[in-house]
Amino acid sequence: MASVPRSFLLLSIIPTILILCADFACCNTGRKTGDGLDTDFSGFSVPLEHSFQVDDVSRFRMRGALQLRGGRETSVSLSQSQLSEEDRNTLKEVAAVDGLYKIRVPRVSLTDRQTERQMDGYLTAFVRACSLVESHLSDVITLHTDVSGYLIGVSIVTIPGACRGTEVEDEVDLEAFNTTLTIIAPTNAPQPETALFIERMDIEHEKRGKPQEQKSFFAKYWYLILGGAIFLMASSSAQPSAGGAEEQQS
Amino acid sequence: MKSSVKMAKLTSLFVISLSFFCISEAVFEDQVGKFDWRQQYVGKTLFAHFESNTQSSKKMFVATDKNIFASFNSRTGDLLWRHVDKTGPEGSIDILLLHGQDALMVVGDGRLLRSWDTNIGGLNWEAVLDTGSFQAACFVAIQDTVKLVAVLKKAALSLHYLSNGHQKWVENLPDSDAVQYQAVYSGGEEEVYVLGVVPNSHLTIIAYSLEDGEIIKQRSVEASWLSSVESSCVVVGQGVLMCVDPATLALYTLPIQAEETPEFSQILLQSLDLEVSPGFQPVLVSSQPHPARSPLSEFFLQLGPDHHVLLQLNADGYTIAPLRDFQPAFLVSFATTGKKTVAAVMTPKNETACAINLFSVDSGRRLLDTTVLFPLELNGGKPHALYVHAFLKKDDSVGYRVLVQTQDHALTFIQQPGRVVWTREEALADVVTMEMVDLPLTGTQAELEGEFGKKADGLFPMVLKRLSSQVTLLQAWLAHLWKLFYEARKPRGQVKNEVTIETLSRDEFNLQKMMVMVTASGKLFGIDSKSGSILWKHYLENVQPNAAFKLIVQRTTAHFPHPPQCTLLIKDKDTGLATLHVFNPIFGRKSHIALPALPRPILQSLLLPVIDQDYAKVLLLVDDQYKVTAFPSTKNVLQQLQEMASSIFFYLIRSDQGNLSGFRLRKDLSTERIWEVVLPTEVQKIVAVKGKRPNEHVHSQGRVMGDRSVLYKYLNPNLLAVVTESTDTHPERAFVGVFLVDGVTGRIIHEAVQRKARGPVHFVHSENWVVYEYWNTKSRRNEFSVLELFEGTELYNSTVFSSLDRPHLPQVLQQTYIFPSPITTMEATLTEKGITSRHLLVGLPSGAILSLPKMFLDPRRPEVVTEHSREENLIPYAPEMPIRTEWFINYNQTVARVKGIYTAPSGLESTCLVVAYGLDIYQTRVYPSKQFDVLKDDYDYVLISSVLFALFFATMISKRLAQVKLLNRAWR
Repeated sequence: MASVPRSFLLLSIIPTILILCADFACCNTGRKTGDGLDTDFSGFSVPLEHSFQVDDVSRFRMRGALQLRGGRETSVSLSQSQLSEEDRNTLKEVAAVDGLYKIRVPRVSLTDRQTERQMDGYLTAFVRACSLVESHLSDVITLHTDVSGYLIGVSIVTIPGACRGTEVEDEVDLEAFNTTLTIIAPTNAPQPETALFIERMDIEHEKRGKPQEQKSFFAKYWYLILGGAIFLMASSSAQPSAGGAEEQQS
Repeated sequence: MKSSVKMAKLTSLFVISLSFFCISEAVFEDQVGKFDWRQQYVGKTLFAHFESNTQSSKKMFVATDKNIFASFNSRTGDLLWRHVDKTGPEGSIDILLLHGQDALMVVGDGRLLRSWDTNIGGLNWEAVLDTGSFQAACFVAIQDTVKLVAVLKKAALSLHYLSNGHQKWVENLPDSDAVQYQAVYSGGEEEVYVLGVVPNSHLTIIAYSLEDGEIIKQRSVEASWLSSVESSCVVVGQGVLMCVDPATLALYTLPIQAEETPEFSQILLQSLDLEVSPGFQPVLVSSQPHPARSPLSEFFLQLGPDHHVLLQLNADGYTIAPLRDFQPAFLVSFATTGKKTVAAVMTPKNETACAINLFSVDSGRRLLDTTVLFPLELNGGKPHALYVHAFLKKDDSVGYRVLVQTQDHALTFIQQPGRVVWTREEALADVVTMEMVDLPLTGTQAELEGEFGKKADGLFPMVLKRLSSQVTLLQAWLAHLWKLFYEARKPRGQVKNEVTIETLSRDEFNLQKMMVMVTASGKLFGIDSKSGSILWKHYLENVQPNAAFKLIVQRTTAHFPHPPQCTLLIKDKDTGLATLHVFNPIFGRKSHIALPALPRPILQSLLLPVIDQDYAKVLLLVDDQYKVTAFPSTKNVLQQLQEMASSIFFYLIRSDQGNLSGFRLRKDLSTERIWEVVLPTEVQKIVAVKGKRPNEHVHSQGRVMGDRSVLYKYLNPNLLAVVTESTDTHPERAFVGVFLVDGVTGRIIHEAVQRKARGPVHFVHSENWVVYEYWNTKSRRNEFSVLELFEGTELYNSTVFSSLDRPHLPQVLQQTYIFPSPITTMEATLTEKGITSRHLLVGLPSGAILSLPKMFLDPRRPEVVTEHSREENLIPYAPEMPIRTEWFINYNQTVARVKGIYTAPSGLESTCLVVAYGLDIYQTRVYPSKQFDVLKDDYDYVLISSVLFALFFATMISKRLAQVKLLNRAWR
């Protein structure tokens, strides 16, 4: 990661590299300092908490730990324990009253570890408890970051997502989470594609332009001009009348 | 020549390929003004002057708070010309002075001095003034002719020639740090006087020589009671400064031109038997009819909100004689014609009218036959200012016309003997929000509707009711026929279709609607969309100038016999406290429904699809403790809310904290927070959030592609488009963020960043797409970007959409284009069923409204044309978006300072009603897919019916012939 400032330098000096590094350089805009980046490689962990109560009052408890790795290629992994017997029962009860299953993660920055302490508050998301139960705890958790690597949102969905009211008999199905975890950074919106368009225009231009260019006006219509000239000459020589002479004078 | 041919071929190829897809929509000359109208406004009048003091003069001039200088025809109230300057303080008009043919104006806090020719509204000259904030200006006369204008700034005084604007001289004012110079006075002498004050210490008078700007005299007068010359002093008589002190309740006089060191002489108001209303700051009003002469020695002193006294300064210069006491009197004004000066006084007459009378200034006597009545509207504003145009009649008596400005910014022009010549509703120059409401059905239609609406009560009564309604229908039809017959006899021009509030009824295709407009001043208007005539108005007093409005249609006209109902939520921006105004949008009358008490600031309001037993939609108001108030809050509603509480979700956005959070309603109408998304404010700030319009219909669920497969649209009704701008404004690092967030689950559906871009961002969110416009800081141009969301070739759940059950993220397609103009506002067309293709209506700063086919903003426009894309009618990608003049829906009717565009569906699927508002209001109809459901005007009915008849007879005859032939054959 120490190469970041250097790449900026390069960018300003050699514009041609810009295309190659554009994506990479963009990822780092908004970063305040280069220090503290070394810790990124080791990653850090934040708690993932969940809450499910029959009375829908949020009481968050530990679900697992998210292992975040910031930097060039952000990655995330989750280590979580199984649900206890008591939890399983509660979850089923919550599902029965169409309660919510909520999760939360603290607001952190993946790149700038200095500011982590300053930020307070959590990012919260929810899913219907019944759909979690019916999907046998298979959920997809997505973390969203902004341009400068702050976590801005979390979302949870289950697959399948519907509540059909099917009973989950087997207790084993509700023991362990089958979680798919992804982290999504903002995509870059496209710019107007002028270069490609001009290129295409040029190709079209060449395609259509070439045969016309080879044949000039005279090359194309030489026989007409020649014929016309001969006709004119013939008509003027055939009738060397006074009218013709006058015309020449004027 | 050769190259040009080639170029033409290339471009024509391109144009042809484009023109295959788009429909030209230009208006024909004979259609101008047929379906559209425009109204031009100027705003709240700050200064108003009449042209000359003859009876025949027609012009008047106003300068307004919208930085507009305009001229009206005083006979009709129509605009003669109008100059729209820059918005904001840069173009603000500090003062307007009128002399002969010249109108002098200081603009932009003393930035520019302009002279206009009042005849044609042309600019004579413009002079850039030295820096410094503007204080005062006046005309200066040399030997009885006005040749100069003096402009007083905070630290300098300058004189300019009236003829060409050249500066005669400019002088720095001495000691301008300590002394606040506030007034400049010239009474036709060789000097010009500048008055300054050191608050609560002394008054400074400086006399400058007109010739070279030399200081002739400079004196300071002890005045510990004086804090501002501007607000408490005027010049009366032969250069006597008259001040009023509210603390000691006394008038002070001081001759400005006195040679020796002068002193203020005090005249206690008590000695004149005058009493100031408690808590009122007395105000002096004087008049200087001609700049070459000294002001009148008569002046008004306002002692209370409705108490004025006409006083006269005696010739000795320090004694005052009261001439006449006016109580009650709302407004007073001086007017001069020739050598005569009169005072106009407005006094309340009764509940519905005020009387205006003229009084002779010299004696205070009332002039005979000068009473004019000003009608007070029931729900109008109080009179605010009086501008009098006095003139000498043929018999040398004084006649006058008067312009009354009311608190609701309306201007009313009244002529003797009390006829209202015209009224201009200038509040409409600042429309904040609007809605279009269907007109009610006619009486007979409503009766039929009512019959079906009522519950069955036995067979016999129902038969009777049916019969009676049939009879009324027959009656109405006969009346209609009679009217047709009667009108047919009259010549065409005389038949007038006057729209009045009584004759309002829905037309066949619901093309005529009621436009309910809310203006910043707190005045509500009901405007007929067909003619543009104002059908009702209602002024809400006590509306704070910074209030935010939200207009909600709670019940439409479809629920006869319940009247339609609109609710206006007025929120004070400082305190957040809100009030509701519930009214009938057709008649403008306030309804007498019990309003909920709203003691706490309101954060969010949402209209639920839940209806109460009276068919009014339920409005939920969320206060700062996240408690919910329902309106209407009947038992029925509360019960319904309890039942569906768990499926009512709402979101709150705090842009100052970058916080988006979602809540769910509980059974006890409290709420619980269920999701939270936080965009750090250090990086980006939320500038706008838009959901979809609730009355939008999408006809097709997907798009058929070239290979005959279907690409399904992602139609999430709960989707929010959140637009952010970076806090870093450096052109290389600035960005615009676009987040698509599900409003129920808080799931971020899409997150895109437009690099090297900044606002202002304008965007439209509709169907499955978002179109936004921003400024590209790198290429320095405006760009349009379109995002479309698709579910893919298979639908997850085709029967119903639920945000809670949509686990897969949609595919997002995006494309960006260059737009060759900045824009001011954007909206999408809306039609009844959503079958018609969509257009974007783009308001340009030039005042044009561009109807841009959405087809041009399609992220699936191919780079390279293929068979499939041709099949789909996709236009090949071109980076630049064209602007064609035939796409301007308002042809030459430019709408100045477009602020918003409102679209509403009509009863015809092809037609969308459009209202653009800003300084002007423009209403028209657009047909995005042409009028596919309407027969053309020149449709040949005769031909088609004659062909039909001919065919009919031909079949009859040939049938008969065939029968005869068959019969003959059988006989054979």
